[in-house]
Amino acid sequence: MTDSPPNGRGASPSESPAVDVTAMPLVLARIAGLAFRYPGRVALIVVTSLLGAAASLALPRLFGRAVDQAAHLLAQGSAHADAAKQGLLVSAGLVILATASRGFLTMASTYYSEYLSQKVAYDLRLAFFQQLQRLSFGFHDKVHSGDLITRGMLDLEGSRAFIQGAMQPALSLGLLLGFAAYMMIATDPMMAAIGLAFVPVAGVALARMGFLLRVTWLRVQEMMSGLTLTMEENLQGIRVVRAFAGRRFELSKFDTASQEVLAFQYKRITLRFRGVAWMMVSFNASLGLLLWYGGRKVLAGEMTVGRLTEFLTYMTLLQAPIRQIAMIFNSMARATSSGARLFEVLDLKPGIADAPGAQPLAAGEGVLRFEHVDFRYDPGGKQVLSDISFEVRPGRTLGIVGPPGSGKSTIANLIPRFYDVTGGRITIDGRDVREVTLASLREYVGLVQQEAFLFDASVGHNVAYADPWAEDERIVGAAKTAQIHEHIAGLPAAYETRVGERGVALSGGQRQRMSIARGVVPGPGVMIFDDSTAAIDAVTERKVRDGLAKATRTKATVIIAHRLSSLMHADEIVVLDEGRIVERGSHAELLAHGGTYAELYELQSRSDAAATLDEPTPEDVGA
Amino acid sequence: MSETTLDQTERTGRKPRASLGSPEGDDVFGVFDTRIARRFFSYLGPHRKMFVIAQIAVLVSAASQVSIPLLIGRAVDSVVKHDAARFQQTLVAFAVMAGVYTAMFFTEQWLSQRLAQRVIFDIRRAMFAHFQDVSLSFMDKTHVGRIMARLQGDVGALQEFLETTTGALGDMVMLIGIAAVLLSMDVQLGLLTLTVLPALIAIRAVWLPYSKESFRKARDASSTANSALAENINGIRTVQETRREQLNFELYAEKAHENFRAQTGAAWMSGIMTPTVDVLTGLAMAIVIIVGGNAVIAGRLEVGVMVAFVLYVQRFFDPVRMLSMQYTIMQRAMAAGYRIFEVLDVPITIKDKEGASALESFEPTVEFEHVTFGYDPARPILHDVTFKVRPQEVVALVGPTGSGKTSIIALTHRFYEVDAGRVLVGGVDVRDVTLDSLGRRIGMVLQEPFLFTGTIEENIRYNTLDATRVDIVAAAKAVSAHDFIMRLPEGYDTKLGQRGRNISVGQRQLISFARALVADPQILILDEATANIDSFTEQAIQKALKVLFEGRTCMVIAHRLGTIRDADRIIVLSQGRILEQGSHDELMGSGGLYHHLYTSAHASFDDQVVATTGDAEFASRT
Repeated sequence: MTDSPPNGRGASPSESPAVDVTAMPLVLARIAGLAFRYPGRVALIVVTSLLGAAASLALPRLFGRAVDQAAHLLAQGSAHADAAKQGLLVSAGLVILATASRGFLTMASTYYSEYLSQKVAYDLRLAFFQQLQRLSFGFHDKVHSGDLITRGMLDLEGSRAFIQGAMQPALSLGLLLGFAAYMMIATDPMMAAIGLAFVPVAGVALARMGFLLRVTWLRVQEMMSGLTLTMEENLQGIRVVRAFAGRRFELSKFDTASQEVLAFQYKRITLRFRGVAWMMVSFNASLGLLLWYGGRKVLAGEMTVGRLTEFLTYMTLLQAPIRQIAMIFNSMARATSSGARLFEVLDLKPGIADAPGAQPLAAGEGVLRFEHVDFRYDPGGKQVLSDISFEVRPGRTLGIVGPPGSGKSTIANLIPRFYDVTGGRITIDGRDVREVTLASLREYVGLVQQEAFLFDASVGHNVAYADPWAEDERIVGAAKTAQIHEHIAGLPAAYETRVGERGVALSGGQRQRMSIARGVVPGPGVMIFDDSTAAIDAVTERKVRDGLAKATRTKATVIIAHRLSSLMHADEIVVLDEGRIVERGSHAELLAHGGTYAELYELQSRSDAAATLDEPTPEDVGA
Repeated sequence: MSETTLDQTERTGRKPRASLGSPEGDDVFGVFDTRIARRFFSYLGPHRKMFVIAQIAVLVSAASQVSIPLLIGRAVDSVVKHDAARFQQTLVAFAVMAGVYTAMFFTEQWLSQRLAQRVIFDIRRAMFAHFQDVSLSFMDKTHVGRIMARLQGDVGALQEFLETTTGALGDMVMLIGIAAVLLSMDVQLGLLTLTVLPALIAIRAVWLPYSKESFRKARDASSTANSALAENINGIRTVQETRREQLNFELYAEKAHENFRAQTGAAWMSGIMTPTVDVLTGLAMAIVIIVGGNAVIAGRLEVGVMVAFVLYVQRFFDPVRMLSMQYTIMQRAMAAGYRIFEVLDVPITIKDKEGASALESFEPTVEFEHVTFGYDPARPILHDVTFKVRPQEVVALVGPTGSGKTSIIALTHRFYEVDAGRVLVGGVDVRDVTLDSLGRRIGMVLQEPFLFTGTIEENIRYNTLDATRVDIVAAAKAVSAHDFIMRLPEGYDTKLGQRGRNISVGQRQLISFARALVADPQILILDEATANIDSFTEQAIQKALKVLFEGRTCMVIAHRLGTIRDADRIIVLSQGRILEQGSHDELMGSGGLYHHLYTSAHASFDDQVVATTGDAEFASRT
């Protein structure tokens, strides 16, 4: 399995959510397996749960005893009053002992199970984080980041909660029920049968309810997210809504979504209380029968009143834990879908990794070559690049131009091996990029993307992102090269200012310049600019270009742009169309040739289309 | 990694400048405020009957719950006394009570949960509807994320409160009921047993602030770890490009470990209440056994009463725990309520005048008469602006950032209210007609096209619900969008991703043109996009504009020289005043600002920046 996108159960919102019952044992066993990697902790939980159950069940005995002592004396007159009082004291002492140990043991078992579950969650978190960093662009292209975040947060939590919310409670409940049944049966089988009759009824009702609640919860979530989307889009597009007088339309959209959720919530509430009602009815029926049957036996003198009390107390003790059955099944259902979604990602093999015996790329001259490169994103998919060949020598610049979708960005992404070519090869100083280590290759190749992603950190951290250990001078130098230093210096806390903090929102052009500075800091051997100046106004862009020309004088540089002014100074320009090179040459040669490039140049230099009159507003767009 | 991050730190002698993720906002607790509570309950008004029934059910179920141990005790007692008749009676009573309890419990919970949902939906709808009416100046100032937090987080906190509030009444009744029963059965034993209650309340009072703090820490740690994960996922391309995997992993591991510690800390905090309650229960039971037992021996107490006491002791800790939980929930709900009502109290400044008429058939003209306007009245953006757009005339508004172009089109649509002067559409003051009819007559294309989740067809149709598929295709064809739409996997039925991310900016523009065309307004207002669009789409857009302008009265905030030159008239604005107006040729001849802007823009396509506007990055947009 390579890293093609996961197709998890419930991953696509269109399919109605359900819990895959067949996958349940496998997934749950796997989560349990993660817990069993800490056998010491597991043993601790088992022991404390066992002792806790035992302590719990000592109570009914003690009560029965105390009641009998009192009742007995009452019947026989106060002949042995002192001895009886002694007995009561002993019983009282034992009760305190039993409740205290029950308390501490229950605490210990729940605490240790929570601890263990958090330990497992911690392991899973790290594994998931690392896995996402290893998976290639091909994976991340296809899987929405929101989906991955959900898996890393909610699904991880769902898997964790299984250990704490299902495994341990099931163990405790099982022990408690088992002990209670044993003791009750040993005491009086008929009474036990009556007293325990409610357990299967309540168990089935609650298990069903827990399971169904999970399924309906998924559905409610899905509906709620539809409602959220309606609200969010309405607010984001409020100007469109107002411009088209869409108030009533939007309210009716909202009402439809809202009513749907409400109706389903009602169903869910009914479902929930139906389960609880079954539990209560069956419990009280058992209790009533027990009282009736036991009472008659006591009346007939066949049983002591203490024994009856003992049974009644057993029942009260079981009542609360039995309710947990719903929670346990809910948790099992949740863990099944969550765990499946989590493991799906964890089990993928990174599509791009170091070849066996890959060597680091030795710092050489830095000649970049494409040799008859073909590429398609999916096997059997559309051919994105066909037979691309070029060479960029150190100190030279290659310009790439072409309409949207012609494969320009793909070329940029192939060089640092974010994808692997499907034909031909890419070499740096004669070495195939697939033969060297990824780390060394990506260190050597600097790529500045079109969409400048900035992290929620200080400006300085962002500029130094590729080399956090860089000296201050290099950071400032890079910022100067990218013509952003002055702006940064003017921010409230200069390089320490947090990106996106109030009032320091950066415009699109500023973001791009930040990302250029970031690309320059590590001083790569090959520089690629993928339409990374599109939002920068022309005058500033020229300054950036001059700065970069100095900084990258000895490097091989590739510039991709749709604005010809960004790349007309390149030593060679290739024009792409539908993944093929249709023209190549210098600016002057291509103009003279009179082909696509010349046409494009004509189009862009004609004032009508490209020129804007009043301001370099792209800078404002992001502001 | 050839070198670990530790090695690198050692070699360079510097710590890495690196961080990952940041925590989100804290929980807010409010104090009980009767005004807020009263407003909550005003939403119960329409459902009063349901609410009253639920409350009655709460009382009955609590009372019947209290009676059950009493009946059990009585049964035991009759058995001890060999009173068969009383035993039978008690059993019947028990069955009845158990039945009543179950029925009432079900009714109470079912009704109150439904009621809570209902009220929550009403409040959410009220807020949502309010957002449709408040002025844009409020919406401009408020971040969508914040509004959403109110619509979801705050409303959610309220829901929790409403769901548990009926339970609170029940718990209170239970507690009082149990105490009353215990005391009535045996004053001395009752008082002794009840002494553990204040102890429990005191312990909880001490414990609560610590536990709140530790839960807050756990929540913060988890949100920090999650935000670090989210950030790394969102920036995964940059992470891989810059080989930050190892360092980021280390940063994340630290956060994950902090989270682990905070979570287990919180577990410990909540865990220690278990033995506390159990020890207190044991204590109460011991009291019953010793004191009660002695009383039984002395013949002062019936055995059944002792049994009932034991059963009650096991029950009265739950209500205390629930009540203190509900108290926390109420604090959170008060804070949420405060923020919700703050939103609902934002005054609606722009609304239909009483008796406003619909703008019916009219001559499509737009007139500004001595209009003065500012978002902040103290700093006007438009000063005494007067002009008239004649039917079917195309007017281009031109001027540097902050010159007031955007304000003019916003005022035409009555997004804001003028401070002085009048805006007339079809000869009628915009304040005298209904907003709805104004919106249907005036079409608007925004600078940044906004698309909704849904199909292309739905986006083009938007509010023009009677537009057929044929109309939509015709509109798309007219604005040259048809070809690219047909190339999409499902043509007009292609679902657009979030805000149309699966198509380019230029294509989104074309769809917003088609949307305006389908609405077929007599007056069209257009804010031309400034985004750098590739030359190929750009051509299509220019063509589409001509189609849009055809036969309509148009006001265009124009950036492209082509658009400006094609206009019938150009109005040049500067600092909120009309500087000059006329056709392209007239303005070129007069040698004013327009001439200057035009010639400098025209010098080379390489120099689109116009010196006169200064550094636009630092100029604020209006």
